[in-house]
Amino acid sequence: MAEVLVLAELDPAGGGVRKTTLEALTAARALGEPSAVVLGAPGTAAGVKDALAEYGAAKVYVAESDDVEGYLVAPKAEVLAQLVADKSPAAVIIPSSPEGKEIAGRLAIKTGSGFLTDVTEIAADGTATQVAFAGATIVHSQVTVGTPIYTLRGNSVTAEPAPAAAAEEPVSVSVSDAAKLATVTDRVVEQKSSRPELTEASIVVSGGRGVASAENFAIIEGLADSLGAAVGASRAAVDSGFYPHSFQVGQTGKTVSPQLYVAVGISGAIQHRAGMQTSKTIVAINKDPEAPIFELADFGVVGDLNTVVPAATEQITARK
Amino acid sequence: MNIVVLVKQVPDSGSERKLDPADNTVARAAADNVINEMDEYAIEEALLVRDREGGEVTVLTVGPDSATDAIRKALSMGADKAVHVVDEAIHGSCAVQTSAVIAAALQQLEYDLVLCGAEATDAQLSVMPALLAERLNIPQLSGARKLTIEGGMAKIERQTDGGYWAVEAPLPAIVSTWDTINEPRYPSFKGIMAAKKKPVETKSLADLGLDAGSVGLANATSKVLDFAGRPPKGEGVKVTDEGDGAQKFVDFLASQKIV
Repeated sequence: MAEVLVLAELDPAGGGVRKTTLEALTAARALGEPSAVVLGAPGTAAGVKDALAEYGAAKVYVAESDDVEGYLVAPKAEVLAQLVADKSPAAVIIPSSPEGKEIAGRLAIKTGSGFLTDVTEIAADGTATQVAFAGATIVHSQVTVGTPIYTLRGNSVTAEPAPAAAAEEPVSVSVSDAAKLATVTDRVVEQKSSRPELTEASIVVSGGRGVASAENFAIIEGLADSLGAAVGASRAAVDSGFYPHSFQVGQTGKTVSPQLYVAVGISGAIQHRAGMQTSKTIVAINKDPEAPIFELADFGVVGDLNTVVPAATEQITARK
Repeated sequence: MNIVVLVKQVPDSGSERKLDPADNTVARAAADNVINEMDEYAIEEALLVRDREGGEVTVLTVGPDSATDAIRKALSMGADKAVHVVDEAIHGSCAVQTSAVIAAALQQLEYDLVLCGAEATDAQLSVMPALLAERLNIPQLSGARKLTIEGGMAKIERQTDGGYWAVEAPLPAIVSTWDTINEPRYPSFKGIMAAKKKPVETKSLADLGLDAGSVGLANATSKVLDFAGRPPKGEGVKVTDEGDGAQKFVDFLASQKIV
């Protein structure tokens, strides 16, 4: 059976592999037998092998070196290119993140291949589904040159266990000087949050301009916490200084695709839709009955978010 | 310091955008084409660096004739000159091919710093800095929310979830910028008038020493097989809060087995 390389995306806080990796392993099974690739500092693979085995990795290529994390993007692309040359895989799948997409791009140049980013589905013949133009257009694409490289958008594929051997195979890492040009000198965490990561969360509660102030975002956070959800914000809310940019959903921010998306005080400009339109279920709470967000909503409440949201939070908490 | 800013003309993200059923490429003719919003931050950053360090800002774009509008916008903000790569054969090129064209154009320019927006609002790949860094063997400093130039080094804060990475590299380097990095200026009337006299050099593939057979739809490394509009969502339920809005919302969540 053809081998498919899956690059493991690791939790930067040391919490093992991200869910996106398990989703990529699941998607890879449509094309062949997945082999996971773990790139990181020495000792990285030990903590993630079990999860990779559970989700179908027949092999785990382990490339551990401080150089892999010490320089931006280029070393990872270099190690992957070496593996592509050695193993001639049927495809390479990388979880879609800013870094993942950049690795895919550099790998494409190195291996003389085409690549497709932010795919939501990969069929057995290699045809990928992508969502374009603020979610309004669904596109089917194929790589026509070299080894197909895909980046898989988070929450698009449901991770399903399929236990496999996860036979470990060490890969010797020698990062070239050309890949050591951009040095990562520090990694700074400014906002520590106990909430799930936006792009991985199964529920997202977002606030918009209607929330009206930074202080009032507490009611968005309250609803989010009652649902175990991530918090998002529209660009209008971010530009108004209500919430930090790293939580922005939509164009120039994050694209999310959760099971449930709750848009509170968000009118639903096309730029916001770009980031949330593919959510499975959408709820909108807005005082303006004509707000375009209601066109997308499976369930809408026309009302004042300042009364509806706290009351709902209280009821949800009471049900637990 | 020689600074090159990459700009792209895109269909306005605030209006309806479409693919052209004739060849599955972006329908540009029917669209309201504007400069990619994120590029304005790169232009502003280029101007700020130039004003601190001295030097010149050159705008580089690859696109059809109409892309001159995007060039004029950049020049009216204060960039000094421009290079426009325009060639029929480029139509339908994929990112891999486009990066080869941009890289070839950059190699004919002198540059210490290349700036570009962190993503284009049409294709949203966010990969061009990585592709160009790979082709030109220069450092990639992508996704910056802050840039400083100091002693021949470029240092950025690369925006991440909940924080940033500090990344640094020797010049020449390519830096891409998010909209958190600055507040782009509006072109002044004087700037708009001055832009009309600034030099814009047009280059073809032949001028760049590239073979037309290496680019374009027919030779792309990936292709769009087909596309369709998203199926319209079924009519949702909309209730008006009369003191029971929260209850109905929670009932809906319960019906979806969410609570």
